[in-house]
Amino acid sequence: MIALTILYILLAVSIIFNGLGVIGLHRFPDVYTRLHAATKCTTFGTIFMTFTIIAYGGVMYYWNPGQDQYLNMVLHTLAALVAILVTNPTGAHALARAAHKIGILPKHAVVDHLAEMEGKK
Amino acid sequence: MNRAKAFVSTFLLSLFVYLFLTLAAGRSMIEGTILWSVEELVLGVSVALIVSAVASDILCRSDNYRMLNPVRWIIMLVYAIPLFIEMVKANLDVAYRVITGNIRPGIVKIKPPLKTDLGITFLANSITLTPGTLTVDVDEENKDLYIHWINVTRKPTKTISGRFTKWIRRFAE
Repeated sequence: MIALTILYILLAVSIIFNGLGVIGLHRFPDVYTRLHAATKCTTFGTIFMTFTIIAYGGVMYYWNPGQDQYLNMVLHTLAALVAILVTNPTGAHALARAAHKIGILPKHAVVDHLAEMEGKK
Repeated sequence: MNRAKAFVSTFLLSLFVYLFLTLAAGRSMIEGTILWSVEELVLGVSVALIVSAVASDILCRSDNYRMLNPVRWIIMLVYAIPLFIEMVKANLDVAYRVITGNIRPGIVKIKPPLKTDLGITFLANSITLTPGTLTVDVDEENKDLYIHWINVTRKPTKTISGRFTKWIRRFAE
């Protein structure tokens, strides 16, 4: 019963952060701030979703010893977690860099050292 | 000697990945095996041999084999805990900014005290994983990072990278 409650809490956290990511995607003004909302919040939510699956697999493996598909699920979800942690920052960085290279400047920016550095060259 | 080291480290890495992915897959069908069946082990070793013969030149380009030290890998795993704590704090902050719309964006330049490529890569990825900060560009000569920051305040180097560099220096430098 406690295990199920923990599972539901983890799932709720994941859905809340994914929802916040969607709201931020609509509310923020330009591509960079939207990248913050769209990639970071959803990644955090997705990390909690993988935690949910890992906890579920662990609990089921503890309750049904010998049923190795649960252990297998936990390990493959760990591999997916590592893949998320590596690919998400890479993709966000690639999008932001491409946006800056084609000349989209951040809106309402108080400071832009990158444009200053490129302007000097 | 260096080629042998590259071969062995690529072999161990690919064998580890293979065994990790096939751990406990279908054990219940075969009696008397522990975690992997013998066929699985043989296939894993041969696949790892092929991979290391083909890809060891591509994977191990550097001449420095400091990452073979297992202590560095353990510290790298422990580093997930402070990174996760920072992610929680920054996520709550960005959640607050999503709801109130109170942002002060800008691209700042930081000068992290790291020298190696691996350390810079880890720092840039950690910064991007933390909500509110996003690595836009890297100056490869000076190892400077250009960070899009959702709430610009003073002392960007200390505020953004200070919490990560002391950990990253322990395993990547």
